[in-house]
Amino acid sequence: MESSSAPAALALSRVTRSFGPVQILFDIDLELVAGEVHALIGENGAGKSTMMKILSGYLAASSGTILLDGRTVTFADSEAAENAGVVMIHQEFNLAGQLSVEENIFLGRELRRGPFLDKPAMREQARALLDQLECHVDVRTRLDAISVPDKQMVEIAKALSRQARVLIMDEPTAVLTSREAAVLFRQVERLKASGVALLFTSHKLDEVKGISDRVTVMRDGHVVAAAPTHSMTEDGMAEAMVGRELSGLFPAKGRADRDANEPPALSVRALQVPGFARDIAFELHRGEVLGIAGLIGSGRTEAMEGLVGLRPATAEVLVDGNPVTLSSLSRSRDAGIAYLTEDRKERGLLLNQGMRENLTLLALKRFDSGLLIDRKAEAASLEKAVKEFDIRAPHPDVLVGNLSGGNQQKLLIAKTLLAEPDVVIIDEPTRGIDIGTKQQIYEFIRALTRAGKAIIVVSSEMSEVIGLADRVLVMRGGRIAGVLEGEEIAERPIVRLAMGLSDEHNTDAFEEAS
Amino acid sequence: MSRTAAGTTTSARWVPNFHVLGPLLALVALIALGASLNSNFLSYGNVTNVLARSAFIGIIAVGMTFVITSGGLDLSVGSMAAFVAGLMILVMNALVPSMGVSVWVILIGVATALVAGLAAGLLNGFLITRLGIEAFIVTLGSMGIYRSLVTWIADGGTLSLDFGLRQLYRPVYYDGLFGVAWPIIVFALVAIAGEIVMRFTAFGRHCAAIGSNEQVARYSAVHVGRVRIATYILLGMLVGVATIMYVPRLGSASSSTGVLWELEAIAAVIIGGTVLKGGSGRVWGTVVGVLILSLIGNILNLASLVSPYLNGAIQGVIIILAVVLQRDRQAD
Repeated sequence: MESSSAPAALALSRVTRSFGPVQILFDIDLELVAGEVHALIGENGAGKSTMMKILSGYLAASSGTILLDGRTVTFADSEAAENAGVVMIHQEFNLAGQLSVEENIFLGRELRRGPFLDKPAMREQARALLDQLECHVDVRTRLDAISVPDKQMVEIAKALSRQARVLIMDEPTAVLTSREAAVLFRQVERLKASGVALLFTSHKLDEVKGISDRVTVMRDGHVVAAAPTHSMTEDGMAEAMVGRELSGLFPAKGRADRDANEPPALSVRALQVPGFARDIAFELHRGEVLGIAGLIGSGRTEAMEGLVGLRPATAEVLVDGNPVTLSSLSRSRDAGIAYLTEDRKERGLLLNQGMRENLTLLALKRFDSGLLIDRKAEAASLEKAVKEFDIRAPHPDVLVGNLSGGNQQKLLIAKTLLAEPDVVIIDEPTRGIDIGTKQQIYEFIRALTRAGKAIIVVSSEMSEVIGLADRVLVMRGGRIAGVLEGEEIAERPIVRLAMGLSDEHNTDAFEEAS
Repeated sequence: MSRTAAGTTTSARWVPNFHVLGPLLALVALIALGASLNSNFLSYGNVTNVLARSAFIGIIAVGMTFVITSGGLDLSVGSMAAFVAGLMILVMNALVPSMGVSVWVILIGVATALVAGLAAGLLNGFLITRLGIEAFIVTLGSMGIYRSLVTWIADGGTLSLDFGLRQLYRPVYYDGLFGVAWPIIVFALVAIAGEIVMRFTAFGRHCAAIGSNEQVARYSAVHVGRVRIATYILLGMLVGVATIMYVPRLGSASSSTGVLWELEAIAAVIIGGTVLKGGSGRVWGTVVGVLILSLIGNILNLASLVSPYLNGAIQGVIIILAVVLQRDRQAD
């Protein structure tokens, strides 16, 4: 590296990795320098996770060398890497749900006084670490009882308590709101100033642009670009990742012409979800995308789950002008309404089952010819879905848990659409998905509206709501804060409604924080 | 890296999967071992004896496969069988004075066993799904309750079926069709039906889905509670069927009837390759598991190599080995 005379804190040199006959990484070179934030970007399946696991001792390289302060090292396991000051924070947390926050932070290296645990010292240090991170949970709380962003902070506190010299973070902001991400970035700056070498991955290129010093772009197991961040634009990064030009992420809007007398595909009045949402009312027409925006905790997901019968709720619902009772998800399905969950790994797909079993689970009735399941028809459906949604799997019998996030999401969409709904509610359509797949999914959504379906998109990504929706319903504190249409759909009015702001000053404050 | 679309690689290569075939290979090896140790092993008499004795556990284990596949467990089946047997004998004996020794009395006894099994399964299922109590705890409780109830109705001793009825009922265990004993026929029918239901019906698919991830099942419009209860009812009824085949064998029930059946049934399910925490079940594997367990005992009895008293120890080793093999499969 041109700027550094001292050897990199941690480096890879001509590292390769294969799983069986499949090579995942090809001749990777990477240098993590003390006091520098390094961003690693690439589509899902590009090899980022494998590379990070090799850096942090979870996987061994098939060939090539790992250099710690310029000396060749071999990490026998992640513990050896941690002892050398290399700590990785996983996207799926490594925390024990039944233990307290404090016990988690010191798990495996508890402080002792003689043979006994030194609880007061651990509590004090845990408290100090979390204060530093502006995280205000009680350290004695059971981990299961705290929020996801707080868990992220606990993971970071755990890494800090291990005196990390090299900190590797796999999509640290995927589960954080912009405010929480801002706190995290301040910590990143602080760690950087104290001489820690940081590596993180993110699908949010504005973050990469904002906080990293260097960017490495991966595609199909190769490093395709590595440069100081200031020399690359966000578009340049996206193009390097995808390997082609991205002409407009979002497909053109345009509501299909409709008969003015046609009743709405879905009409909801007085939707009450006790504890989460009150007095929600809206109409949705065929060929239309309704966006639902709002901060995390505004009741977006709960309102939709209540509507389709996944939570106790009451509402007056008309489908194509006919009153229906959606007391359970199967009733909603039969009424032509499908809900696609935001949590594809825990609620959407059976990770330890094959694609076929997953694809047909919601619409299994259609394959049930009286008594037995028609397996041939199932296989044909899978083949069709794989083609139609461009699901890329190494072989048809692969367990769904081994698919990349993007391909899982495509399978989840295929599964939901197999029930042939007229109204599709999609919660976070592209969470944790690379930009190329995102673009594909946006195309699928538009294609559905062209086919005359009515779509609701619930999303915490502002650009997604703005880019996709014909109409945006903004929620705040369990109620509808406002509805935006046409030209009104823009970041500032959405934020103002979501935050309940009335003057410009506060809006600016929010934007600075984000 | 070349990524291939799944649809285009239709040349599905069949790879022999050791984890699937393992139990089957073990069974073949056991049969070979038995045959080499004792020439009587493959005789008609011995084969019939082994199969007929394993039919009770086998019928119950088929039901247990569904319960475990959907992420549940039932510890109560052994004492449930004893209680159902006791109840059945009590009802039949009570009818003899008014109805005499007739086939009708036996049919009423059979109906009693099925209804009692159904009710017992429904009760377990209701407590587990509607009140949300852990299956382990509910069935640990009902295990104690049924064991105590059978001891109580037998007044601490043995309930014996009326002598006349016993003569009439006896053939259900000891006779057969074309030389195949009835318990074996019933076991085979239950196993075949179970295999079909598990693999080719929506119910079987839903069981596996619930066992894999209950939330995903719920978000896929599967009626989780209903399917769960149905697995316990199915198991309860199969306990009833097993009891119907068991009572004519000895014509009695006592507090020691069906002791440890639950553990043998669970062990057979696990040896057969069903995952204990649910999500994947194989009925044919369970049948293989039942046969492995009963052949071990039979071989030890026939050959004088190892004391038959060590039967339990060897079965224990087999169970642990089976789980070690299962774990390998999940690691890849």
